[in-house]
Amino acid sequence: MARMTMIEAIRSAMDVAMEKDPNVVVFGEDAGYFGGVFRCTQGLQKKYGSQRCFDAPISESGIVGAAIGMAVYGLRPCVEIQFADYVYPGYDQLASEASRIRYRSAGEFTVPMTVRMPTGGGIFGGQTHSQSPEALFAHVSGLKTVIPSNPYDAKGLLIASIEDDDPVMFLEPKRLYNGPFDGHHDRPVTPLKKHDLGEVPEGHFTVPLGKAAVRREGNDVTVLAYGTMVHVALTAAEETGVDAEIIDLRTILPLDLETIEASVRKTGRCVIVVEATKTCGFSAELMAVVMEGCFHHLEAPVIRVTGWDTPYPHAHEWDYFPGPKRVGAALKKVMEQA
Amino acid sequence: MSKKKGQPGPLSLYVPEPECRPGDHPDFSEMLIPKAGEARKPPVDVDPMEIPDLAYSVIRVLNKKGEAVGPWAGELDDDQLIEGLRHMMTLRAFDARMQMAQRQGKTSFYMQALGEEAVACAFRKAMQPGDMNFPTYRQQGLLIAGGYPIETMMNQIYSNERDPVKGRQLPVMYASQEHGYFTISGNLATQFIQAVGWAMGSAIKGDTKIAAGWIGEGSTAENDFHSALVFASTYKPPVVLNVVNNQWAISTFQGIARGNAATFASRGLGFGLPSLRVDGNDYLAVFAVAKWAIERARKNLGPTLIEFVTYRAGAHSTSDDPTGYRPKDESSTWPLGDPIDRLKLHLILKDKWSEERHAQAKAQIESEILQAQKEAEQHGTLHNGPHVPAGTMFEDVYKEPPIHLIRQRQEAGI
Repeated sequence: MARMTMIEAIRSAMDVAMEKDPNVVVFGEDAGYFGGVFRCTQGLQKKYGSQRCFDAPISESGIVGAAIGMAVYGLRPCVEIQFADYVYPGYDQLASEASRIRYRSAGEFTVPMTVRMPTGGGIFGGQTHSQSPEALFAHVSGLKTVIPSNPYDAKGLLIASIEDDDPVMFLEPKRLYNGPFDGHHDRPVTPLKKHDLGEVPEGHFTVPLGKAAVRREGNDVTVLAYGTMVHVALTAAEETGVDAEIIDLRTILPLDLETIEASVRKTGRCVIVVEATKTCGFSAELMAVVMEGCFHHLEAPVIRVTGWDTPYPHAHEWDYFPGPKRVGAALKKVMEQA
Repeated sequence: MSKKKGQPGPLSLYVPEPECRPGDHPDFSEMLIPKAGEARKPPVDVDPMEIPDLAYSVIRVLNKKGEAVGPWAGELDDDQLIEGLRHMMTLRAFDARMQMAQRQGKTSFYMQALGEEAVACAFRKAMQPGDMNFPTYRQQGLLIAGGYPIETMMNQIYSNERDPVKGRQLPVMYASQEHGYFTISGNLATQFIQAVGWAMGSAIKGDTKIAAGWIGEGSTAENDFHSALVFASTYKPPVVLNVVNNQWAISTFQGIARGNAATFASRGLGFGLPSLRVDGNDYLAVFAVAKWAIERARKNLGPTLIEFVTYRAGAHSTSDDPTGYRPKDESSTWPLGDPIDRLKLHLILKDKWSEERHAQAKAQIESEILQAQKEAEQHGTLHNGPHVPAGTMFEDVYKEPPIHLIRQRQEAGI
């Protein structure tokens, strides 16, 4: 077992997938020679040649559209969108095309494609390098949307995504790229290289899509979270002493309804923690899932802790970010209500 | 506002307008129509920078008399020409039947290729098995010229129990891997960059297959057109990029996408692509240019942009009436004529065809189509069914249905 940062784990996933299957190709802006602005594709061009790992023009609709064509041809493209905030020019190709090609052709054509992108805030990226657009993908029938919270999952989920026969949106919480993050921005981060969460097998393995993981077992309240917020929720539980059961959703679509429902029925309380904006965000979907599936088991109203409904501000990043203080307050509040 | 000496007056916005609107006398006198045979034919490995003239000219083979002339002539033998004529006649008769079926309430919608049959029919004959088209909704000629069963097309149009796409798509949105016909989107232009990507895949794998992307002149305004040209010029994959300029995007004339300047073909020049403009109503010219571009692609010499100059003689679809936006008789004054009439004249001139044979062929084709229609209707029409079972609507969203779709299907009780 090696120790890897999330960046290294993601790179290792592509390396393993490319080695195993010659149909896997990787491209994106700065993803070839340079290895990507976050270095996730570093070394892949050197190892596999420029026909399988190359730079793309600054054209997200072109990157996604060309990847769709390649996937229809029979390749398994894994493309990088430099920041999730840049995906919108490619959104038509995702929402109108990739997601529906299997359906509209009744399986005659398929799109085994993975679209990777760094997501979320916490690195002073301002409003164009901090967004969390996962709800826009989860809302589209035919896409799968994955958001890992640690290097092991990032590698296993990415290999599973590349090997999946449907289009997968793979959102990488950039705040976790180099270390787990407890939500206290003013405290030093333990590098993943020195952390147990950095333990990742070097070879091929997968983490199945659509399966959540229970990160902390508890009896009093269920916390639904993914990505960076898993770590914030763990911190909040520790700091408040609330016996929270923390569920890392890992894949938000398909959503692991059974794990969510079983936990909320057990605890009778639920706090939803999502970094994205609140209104019509994925937190709203989670709220609805809990209401539909667990209403009669609830002992208190469900609480959401999310980013505010504003663009992600630069200087006030940590006032925007739903940190352990806000999550802790929600945990206490949900326990106080009978 | 007072105008001071030496100061420009107030600004105003230029909005292009077509030459003629309903009530006007159609006028194509401004249209550049070079003589047939005039355009040169460069070798397929030509440096694109050496042939900018071909992006502004019109490559034509058939002249007014029906003779095939010039360097682009001589690519097809008589049997191939007769076959091409039959394909175009089949497409026109098929369209007419399906247009009528829509009017009779047997389906929701239809789109004819009336007047532009030569473009897809001739292009298809220059392709090989395994090549892939990324068509728009008006390239059904690719299927007909490729031998796709007429009855299966009708099953799709009727969304009946034998519809290969299970009643999920509007009429004419066919899909066939075997016939090199990528599933039609219904959105515009998205397929253009996908064609480039498919061709990149073929090149990456060291394959020998080529792709053809198709787009209408109006939707060249979409960003996917530009993405496609950027990727095509960057990676030089084996793709032929076809712009079908049929003059009208529903009610909007071509000048709204193009401006009153340059040509659609000339947009390829800035990308360093060989860019050819062709008489789209000339079966021989379409075939010759398609063959040239496909050969270039297959020899790994890179992409070609082609503008087919044609005219949409019918409505955009069964949902619009062209007399509301263009002169009623504009179609009959279109200076490049009718593709079927022109090929017929050529064959008659060569003594390989006659009015009698033409009438016989037309009657035979119409009867075959009627027969296919009867067969198809035995398997249902849109409003009367039968369709594939409704529960299939939950299939193929993903390869395996996830839990939320399993639950929703249970809830729907189908």
